Amino acid sequence: MKRLSRYRRHRAAAPLLLIFALLGIGTTFQVAGATTTSPMTAEERTAAIEEGKEIFLRGCSSCHGLNAEGGPIAPSLIGVGAASVDFQVATGRMPMADMSQQAMRKAPVYTDEEVAALAAYVASLAPGPEIPTEEMLNYERDGELAEGGELFRTNCAMCHNFAGQGGALTQGKYAPSVMGVKPVHIYEAMITGPQAMPVFSDKTLTPKEKLSIIKWIKHAEKEPQLGGVALGRVGPVTEGLLVWTLGLGLLIGIAVWLATKAK
Amino acid sequence: MSARERIAGNVANYVDERTGAAAWMKKNLQKVFPDHWSFMLGEIALYSFVILLLSGTFLTFWFDPSMREVVYEGSYEPLQGLEMSAAYASALDISFEVRGGLLMRQIHHWAALIFMAAIVVHLMRVFFTGAFRKPREFNWIIGIGLLTLGIVEGFLGYSLPDDLLSGTGIRIAEAIIQAVPVVGSYLSYFIFGGAFPGYTFIPRIYTVHILILPGIFLALITVHLMLVWYQKHTQYPGPGRTEKNVVGYPLLPIYMAKAGGFFFIVFGVTALLGAVASINPIWLYGPYTPGQVSAGSQPDWYMGWLDGLVRMAPPLEPVIFGYTLSLNILIPGLILPGIIFTGMALYPFIEQWITGDKREHHLLDRPRNAPNRTALGVMSLTFMMIALINGGNDLIATNFDLSINQIMWFSRIGIIVLPPIAFIVTKRICLSLQRADRELVLHGRETGRLVMMPSGEFVEVHEPISPEKAWLLTQHEQNAPLQLEDTDARGVRRPGLLKSKLRKRFSVAHAEQVAKPTVADLKEIEHH
Amino acid sequence: MSKEIEAIQDPGLPAHKLRQTDVDPKAADRAERQVAILFGLSALSTVLFIYSYLFISTDTFVFIPLMGEQNAHQLFLGLGLALALLFIGLGAVHWAKTLMPDHEVIAQRHEFRSPDSDREEFVKTAKEGAAAAGLGRRSLIKRSLGLSLGLVGLSPILLLGDLGPLPGDDLKKTGWKAGSRLVTDPGDRPIRPEDLEVGAVAQTLPELAPGKDHRSLNDIAKDAVLLIRLRPEDFNLDDERLSWTYQGIIAFSKICSHMGCAVALYEQSTKHLLCPCHQSTFDVTRAAKVIFGPAARPLPQLAITVDEEGYLVAQAPFNEPVGPSFWGRSA
Repeated sequence: MKRLSRYRRHRAAAPLLLIFALLGIGTTFQVAGATTTSPMTAEERTAAIEEGKEIFLRGCSSCHGLNAEGGPIAPSLIGVGAASVDFQVATGRMPMADMSQQAMRKAPVYTDEEVAALAAYVASLAPGPEIPTEEMLNYERDGELAEGGELFRTNCAMCHNFAGQGGALTQGKYAPSVMGVKPVHIYEAMITGPQAMPVFSDKTLTPKEKLSIIKWIKHAEKEPQLGGVALGRVGPVTEGLLVWTLGLGLLIGIAVWLATKAK
Repeated sequence: MSARERIAGNVANYVDERTGAAAWMKKNLQKVFPDHWSFMLGEIALYSFVILLLSGTFLTFWFDPSMREVVYEGSYEPLQGLEMSAAYASALDISFEVRGGLLMRQIHHWAALIFMAAIVVHLMRVFFTGAFRKPREFNWIIGIGLLTLGIVEGFLGYSLPDDLLSGTGIRIAEAIIQAVPVVGSYLSYFIFGGAFPGYTFIPRIYTVHILILPGIFLALITVHLMLVWYQKHTQYPGPGRTEKNVVGYPLLPIYMAKAGGFFFIVFGVTALLGAVASINPIWLYGPYTPGQVSAGSQPDWYMGWLDGLVRMAPPLEPVIFGYTLSLNILIPGLILPGIIFTGMALYPFIEQWITGDKREHHLLDRPRNAPNRTALGVMSLTFMMIALINGGNDLIATNFDLSINQIMWFSRIGIIVLPPIAFIVTKRICLSLQRADRELVLHGRETGRLVMMPSGEFVEVHEPISPEKAWLLTQHEQNAPLQLEDTDARGVRRPGLLKSKLRKRFSVAHAEQVAKPTVADLKEIEHH
Repeated sequence: MSKEIEAIQDPGLPAHKLRQTDVDPKAADRAERQVAILFGLSALSTVLFIYSYLFISTDTFVFIPLMGEQNAHQLFLGLGLALALLFIGLGAVHWAKTLMPDHEVIAQRHEFRSPDSDREEFVKTAKEGAAAAGLGRRSLIKRSLGLSLGLVGLSPILLLGDLGPLPGDDLKKTGWKAGSRLVTDPGDRPIRPEDLEVGAVAQTLPELAPGKDHRSLNDIAKDAVLLIRLRPEDFNLDDERLSWTYQGIIAFSKICSHMGCAVALYEQSTKHLLCPCHQSTFDVTRAAKVIFGPAARPLPQLAITVDEEGYLVAQAPFNEPVGPSFWGRSA
């Protein structure tokens, strides 16, 4: 105790304490919860399909056709399933802002209910992948962290980079960052293969393995910076940039000071 | 005489009676070093090397250079239970289990990047100021050797932790070895002890990385420094500075304090980077397996140009008499680097051949006064920069909304078109700067003050520049191109005419310059 | 020579300028204090270094503005070390700049060329030495020495012979045999065609031989295969290659034909495979024909079918070596 109280008076104690106090404030971390649709009754479903059809006619049919049969600039949505709709619309990719190379993640245009209605409508056209339920998405319980990392590196890292930061594809397309994506949307992306992404079938990448991947992504997302500022987690390019700017800049700056005559 | 002085005297006496060192020390403690910030660039490289030795030694205490497969049981959760090599597991242990281990790993890696960057800027300084000229050609070649070995040493260090990124790098290195005509696959099997990746590569490169190459480095750096010491440092031109003297501060105390202090500064900046910025987070890459790869797998910056060249290479792989010749790998991976580094090493001799100048040079050139050389340097840098940019084309594409295909085509065309343009533009700029210098000496500095003449005309007042400045701008030699006769005295064509014509051509290009003002020019101006 | 005479003359070394610390004792005292403060700050930083090593545990995290959540042990240990070193350096340089004498000194250079007399004597001595050894006269010794030195020089090369085995045709073989099941990597589960939807990919390896439960990296380096399912009508293949696919499922070696990276970056929308290392792009519908980048050869295609239990198997081993090219590849 005596030793401790001596350290309390140490010169470094005050700033250190201040930093620790900041830590307390700073670590209030919010983990985004998984939103999923709850099971509906038959009447609710019919109503949702009706509502969904209306939204579809208003917002989607100009590109995807009046019966979702597709058009010259947009694919058919028959058989894509509710999971596809939920992924594309709830992450804001659809409706597309412009006809650029690929749809980007942005603030969603429709509310959760509207998305659910749209999904119900498209699912009613033909069977397709369902939106995973909350029970199916309990990655904390069912996923294996280390296995998830291994699976991620085998199946995902070549496009999304070793830390899930995303990467370049051909002709200006890119694999987006998977950081901050809701678990349900990660899951849906794997089962539906949106845009350039391939499908990861349940037999070759089991639901449990998918949860492991999600668990690893979620862990990577909140992993603190163990060795200092992470520099974007994109590998040696940013490290090289830092050496040539800050590192060498600082050293040359000091060398200039060193070689100037004092006044 | 105080007690301290007496002890110091006794020690000095003891040493001198056995070595006769006093005479040598007396002379060398007063050794003169010119002061200029650009003379510290090589020191940054030297000190980084010392930091690398210190931090590297620390790392060897825990690193296990073995490719034996182990199951990770350390404290980093996302890798627990995975199979990996002992090398990777021990690198993780250094990062997470050894206090200060991660710091030292990061200092080691940052120091390596700074080491290479400092070598390159030091080389640029030496090149653009002509410091490689006689009598320093040997030191230039040693420097090129150090740069080359530095690239190899850095790559081996990057390969040692056996994470996914370093394994990908080794895979590519193996492909380059395998592409060597005739003996490639044999070389590869010898180096890897069989098929890739095998179990022997990391233990082998460990010996090379921590013993053989550092030993060669130490020897080369020692010779490099001894030559600098013995030949005395070059100096920038200026009043009182001639080819026959060296003006600066004595080793004791000024230079020793500055250089010694600078060592701590370089170490401090490296440690600062190691403290605040993450480098090579191996735990995120995961253990190496040939079936995995990450988007944006890049080498460290000093090999980025090589990767960029490989990326932009045309898909040429002819099969000649049933044998495969991987030109798509050989040209960018071995032939071009070979030409570049050999050309660099030979440059002092090439320039000597062009100018026919066999004298010693201790006064540095101002880059503008050697337009051809400066242009050649900028041209080479342009080439390297385009290659380097292409080495990061995937990250540029994602960050600037471009496509890798566009950047690739830009690089493929740019690497042929832009360097010559850079040459021409640089040479023109140098000559313009020479012209500006001439104007400055003849007409003085523009003051920005306007005066109205009795005729109503406005003229700007020019102030003459100081004699020191005038000297700086006119001290350089201006040599005429070589006079080479195509025929000898009897009118017979000399042997080797083509070589001689080429030499004449280069010589004329090299001597292109704006005449520096003379006293006569100045007088003529005064008369007007 | 007239040019030399006309040239502007060197005004000579400028006179030494006194610094403030040279003329004002107060300024000198101030500089001394500044240097001492810098050295003192270094000492304090070392205390921070020691404190961090001993008392900040490695799992403590702090929030630092601009930097985010940081490992406190690593950060303060590093900062302590960095500042301790930096302040020593800055102090020493400041001391040298302000308080040490700053008179520039001139040293004379001397030509490196030795005087002619020395050079002549050197040549004479060297010749005499050579003559004394009889190198010129006794050619038998000279030749036999040359022979023995040359031969003994070969021995280190010979000794390296056991660095590795000869490649033989090892580079041309993989672990795939006719009938090898394709199993998932990782997981080792066999795959049925109906397990893959159109647009799906799977990373696969050949099933392990019975009794083996471990794969070496050497095997993975040659055996990794990517399975892709397209609509059968998407293929643009000749009959032979088409017969190597099964219901729209096509299998390629995942090891790039350029430099051996894992090519598994499949774009479902364009049906292109991209290698992330050097951006070679392969068209899956045309048997991985190279459409961009430095690779010169398509990825080797593995002929697949199903066995009697309905699992995907290899029809035959690869019909060409996988991975990067080498001299004897096509021999």
